[in-house]
Amino acid sequence: MTSEVLATTQAGAPAPASGARQVWRRLRARKAAVVAGAGLALLVLLALAAPLLSALTGQDPNTYHDDLVDSARGGVPTGTWGGISAEHWLGVEPGTGRDLFIRLAYGARVSLVVAVGATLLQVLIGVIVGIAAGFGSRFVDGLLSHVSDVFIALPMLAFVIALTAVVPADFPRPLLLVLVIALFGWAGTARVVRAQTLSLKKLDFVAAARLGGSGPFRVARRELLPSLAAPVITYSAILLPSNIVAEAALSFLGVGIRPPTPSWGQMLSTATTWFRADPAYVLLPAGLLFLTVLAFTVIGDALRVALDPREASRLGVGRRRTRNANKADNANKVDEAGGASVSARVSGAGAADTADMAGATSAPQKGGPA
Amino acid sequence: MIPYLLRRVAGAVLVLFVLSIVVYAMFYAVPGDPAKLACGPRCNPEQLAQVRDQLRLDDPLPVRYWHFLQGLFVGQDFSTGTSVLHCDAPCFGLSYQNDQQVTELISQRLPVTASLALGAMVLWLILGVGTGLLSALRRGGITERVLTWFTLAGTATPVFIIGLLLLMVFCAQLRWLPFPSYVPLTENPEQWAWNMLLPWTALALIESAKYARLTRSSLLETLADDHIRTFRAYGVSERAIVGRHALRGALPPVIALTALDLGSLFGSAMLTETLFGLPGLGQLLVHSVRTIDLPVVVAVVLVTGAAVVIANIVADLLYAATDRRVTLT
Repeated sequence: MTSEVLATTQAGAPAPASGARQVWRRLRARKAAVVAGAGLALLVLLALAAPLLSALTGQDPNTYHDDLVDSARGGVPTGTWGGISAEHWLGVEPGTGRDLFIRLAYGARVSLVVAVGATLLQVLIGVIVGIAAGFGSRFVDGLLSHVSDVFIALPMLAFVIALTAVVPADFPRPLLLVLVIALFGWAGTARVVRAQTLSLKKLDFVAAARLGGSGPFRVARRELLPSLAAPVITYSAILLPSNIVAEAALSFLGVGIRPPTPSWGQMLSTATTWFRADPAYVLLPAGLLFLTVLAFTVIGDALRVALDPREASRLGVGRRRTRNANKADNANKVDEAGGASVSARVSGAGAADTADMAGATSAPQKGGPA
Repeated sequence: MIPYLLRRVAGAVLVLFVLSIVVYAMFYAVPGDPAKLACGPRCNPEQLAQVRDQLRLDDPLPVRYWHFLQGLFVGQDFSTGTSVLHCDAPCFGLSYQNDQQVTELISQRLPVTASLALGAMVLWLILGVGTGLLSALRRGGITERVLTWFTLAGTATPVFIIGLLLLMVFCAQLRWLPFPSYVPLTENPEQWAWNMLLPWTALALIESAKYARLTRSSLLETLADDHIRTFRAYGVSERAIVGRHALRGALPPVIALTALDLGSLFGSAMLTETLFGLPGLGQLLVHSVRTIDLPVVVAVVLVTGAAVVIANIVADLLYAATDRRVTLT
């Protein structure tokens, strides 16, 4: 009887617009997000096609070209703009004469793989710890929350750098970077997930599932996880660009990716000695890194708005609105990525909230930008 | 107030204690022989044995940690074979590189990082709060659009990119500024400021984006409050409302964040310091990591951790002092 009723209601209800499709539509309504998405698609293509491009241009990322640098002037590339030519599309590296375009393409691989890997691992740890804290006993919650607080407060960059000192030299560096960035960056996600779990726990459908005899693991998997998707995706979109910066920063400091593997941060580190003689060598990796991080930030912000049901109406999707109103709205939204959440916490105005604020602002940035 | 403070300090001490255990264990329990690191590449077995003895490497780890703690609180003696070297109370041991006292190394570097952090703070507060104010007051206009993208770009730029660009423009192309090299404030204040100008600007440009956002959202929230509406109804001028009343309600989070950022800068300024060649704490850490100078690494990590923990307490106290609605219990 019951199953029959269920079956008919399911069949009779009109198919709801799928959540993913709705989000996609909202994303497409924002011009900045579309441009950023296209840019990132190009970058991913560049990274994927690096070996192909290498074969196409006949250049190898690690081949030295002594004939293309002027040894009399200390190794400055011969020719204009860092030695741009038909063979070397973006010129060559000063000192070694290695092809810059191919090195940038391979650098994109390293950057993306490390950042995506670290983000996935951070989110995995964060979700597990967050659900366990929000769903577990008081003792478990207290313990896990304290550990998260400590991890949020620590100067992450200092620890990561320190850790790279004691790891054996033959350990694969990209994997090491993924591990250390994730190890010191999961706590923000855990905090978000815990808060969300605590509020979900009070809702009827979770209570119903528990009364229906589902164990905690089943409830977590079937009831909590789907509802956690939106905040977790939003938060990972903030983490990803900051992980790109973290990798670049570590490689810049000489404790990240080891030569001869190309990495943008490492190129920028070499560029500090060349910026007088060969400005192109600074501007190319710097520009690429900047645009990548900017694009991810814009997309992340657009995602946050698209996934937030309260924001949907402000975007004007599916409504008739004048172009101008729409534009002004979009402009307003861009900068509220971190600001809004911070002020929401701060305006709670408890003393403990200041510590929360530290997490909200520093966790995604991880001491990286200094 | 007093019980609150006591509780917070006790919590901080506990956190630092746990941190010191974790850090000590992490760095001294790893594969690799500290004696070899301390002794250097050209070291005969005899010297090696002597170093092992000096570092008490044959003791179990907990005993060595106990000696480390003793060194921190009452000082420690190191025998260098012929003579005995005494290391005074906050003793983090001796550097593997040149047997210099780690505490001395750190106290030499602290003023540099402090100069960088404090100077940058002044700039980023002016820039960030100013930008935030402007964009909150001119909502929807072209000003806001420009400021919005400025703050977004600021968040997306790593400090070494801004720094490199500044160096290229102001040192290499225009030649307005010298390539930074640290001059102590006590030696020559004018040269100090002149040399620090680029590092300050680089750091401030990045940090100010965050402050602009926080000021803006905090100010907008305060402006929506009831008491502001009442002021408006009474005909108080918009300028007085924002400058005198709204800003006062909007600033406490900014002040608290400043304290937190200053604390964490001690551990995260290494990018700026490395780029501009400033001999600060961050540079010391990077250098000691490259040379695997474990006592220095442990000490810097602990000192920066302490800075963060202290900054957290200071931030909460400042928050309560600036915002009457907050009581510390």
